[in-house]
Amino acid sequence: MEIDPFIFRLSIFILSIFIGYYVVWSVTPSLHTPLMSVTNAISSVIIVGAIIAGLAGNSDSIFNTSSVFGFLAISLAAINIFGGFLVTQRMLAMYKKKKKDK
Amino acid sequence: MLSANLSAIFYLISGILFILALRGLSSPETSRQGNFFGISGMIIAITVTFLSIGNFSTGIVVVLIFLLIGGLIGAFIAYKIPMTAMPELVAGFHSLVGLAAVFVAISAFLNPAAFNLGTPGNIKLGSLIEMSIGAAVGAITFSGSIIAFLKLQGIMSGSPITFKGQHPLNALILISIIVITFILCSTQSASLFWILLAVSFLIGFLLIIPIGGADMPVVISMLNSYSGWAAAGIGFTLENTALIITGALVGSSGAILSYIMCKGMNRSFFNVILGGFGATEQSQGNQNKEQRPVKSGNADDAAFLMKNASSVIIVPGYGMAVAQAQHALREMVDTLKKNDIKVSYAIHPVAGRMPGHMNVLLAEANVPYDEVFELEEINNDFANADVAFVIGANDVTNPVAKTDPQSPIYGMPVLDVEKCKSVLFVKRSLSPGYAGIDNDLFYKENTLMLFADAKKMTEDITKNL
Repeated sequence: MEIDPFIFRLSIFILSIFIGYYVVWSVTPSLHTPLMSVTNAISSVIIVGAIIAGLAGNSDSIFNTSSVFGFLAISLAAINIFGGFLVTQRMLAMYKKKKKDK
Repeated sequence: MLSANLSAIFYLISGILFILALRGLSSPETSRQGNFFGISGMIIAITVTFLSIGNFSTGIVVVLIFLLIGGLIGAFIAYKIPMTAMPELVAGFHSLVGLAAVFVAISAFLNPAAFNLGTPGNIKLGSLIEMSIGAAVGAITFSGSIIAFLKLQGIMSGSPITFKGQHPLNALILISIIVITFILCSTQSASLFWILLAVSFLIGFLLIIPIGGADMPVVISMLNSYSGWAAAGIGFTLENTALIITGALVGSSGAILSYIMCKGMNRSFFNVILGGFGATEQSQGNQNKEQRPVKSGNADDAAFLMKNASSVIIVPGYGMAVAQAQHALREMVDTLKKNDIKVSYAIHPVAGRMPGHMNVLLAEANVPYDEVFELEEINNDFANADVAFVIGANDVTNPVAKTDPQSPIYGMPVLDVEKCKSVLFVKRSLSPGYAGIDNDLFYKENTLMLFADAKKMTEDITKNL
């Protein structure tokens, strides 16, 4: 009996939930807003699927219904990736410690 | 062209980099490095995808154009957005993740061969289930986030919208989603796929409208979580490790944030989701509204009190964000510090409209993060402080939460502001806060109400110091 590859993906998924659980509890509450914007950015790795979808249409023409949805998804995910990471960076740059002298 | 095995390893690496990105947020010093890990993970994932397709035809130009358009829009927004608009921005971004998941699912449904999932009308059963879940959750995330965005932006009223039969209707729709998914998977019918999407959009909309403005921290965290589960669903369909790992991370992150927010309000998750908070309690609040005396003062009185204090604790809330008073506040604190007065900031978990909202605004105003404390860290210090300066917060300071078991907010953790020698409460009027109940703090002996716009009042105090 072979193990279905789905089970392996499910294992990765469940272990990642546990990693997420412990990692996120260790995030300091003052950085919860950057946490939300950066999770936004990384969940847009869905762009991987969008790129495959967009490039799948070139058998007869570049644009068919399926690839057009892919192209649109690419733009949406790209907004999130650039917007998410940049706005996180902007926020994190503002967190400063007290100056030592004084 | 990259082999499937090699790309799988690279996707794993980018998944690990995303874990490190979140790990970095455990302290502000490591956070910038964490963000860099996140960006590297994303670059690896995108590059590997291009290399694994390896078909550099004209299609790739179109892909790059769309990527560039999205990237420019995103970068433009990221640089232009004011920090006070962060909750709206995050809600907006969630909706895009949801919609992108829906589009990828549609694309995979129409052209399954491109993803090695079978042929149209004959998609592998497992993939179809995963695809349907990803699409449905994505659609709920999209429409829910749009409503959250409209409420935060003030385009839609922040008060809960409720109607008779709301909960049975929602339950019915949720059941129908499961039934539709089931039939869809056994018949592979394309029209059912579109119906599933439509119904999911509808339920996302219906789930968020009954939830009021001040519960937005929970809603945003919840939608954050949904966007992760949607990504994971698509990740299973595409058999992509990076997406599965990321989806699980984001999903659990959002769930934890929702839990923290609910705990900050002493309410169960279902209580928040079922909505309508404040609607029933308002009547009760109005009944005992006999005019009780309050002491009110002006900027001069406030400045006098603070000048003679040796320690001051600032309690900011959503009102500070609305009045954009964070910079004026920092200037006031600078002046206080010059007079050798110790100043710290106390942040309630649900202050503002999203988790960590106040911290970002204070950081923007150059307040060092080691002067900003969470509720548990600072609550004992109020008893030893001379002045508490409440600016834009209300319900989170209400002592009723500790004393009156009848109160709707009873049991909610609150800041022990009333234990200070004197309390300065900046507010525009005596109107109750979001929970619709009177704040006992207004009528305490040692409370001085400062009726004014938060920003203007803070500036005036600084002038008088």
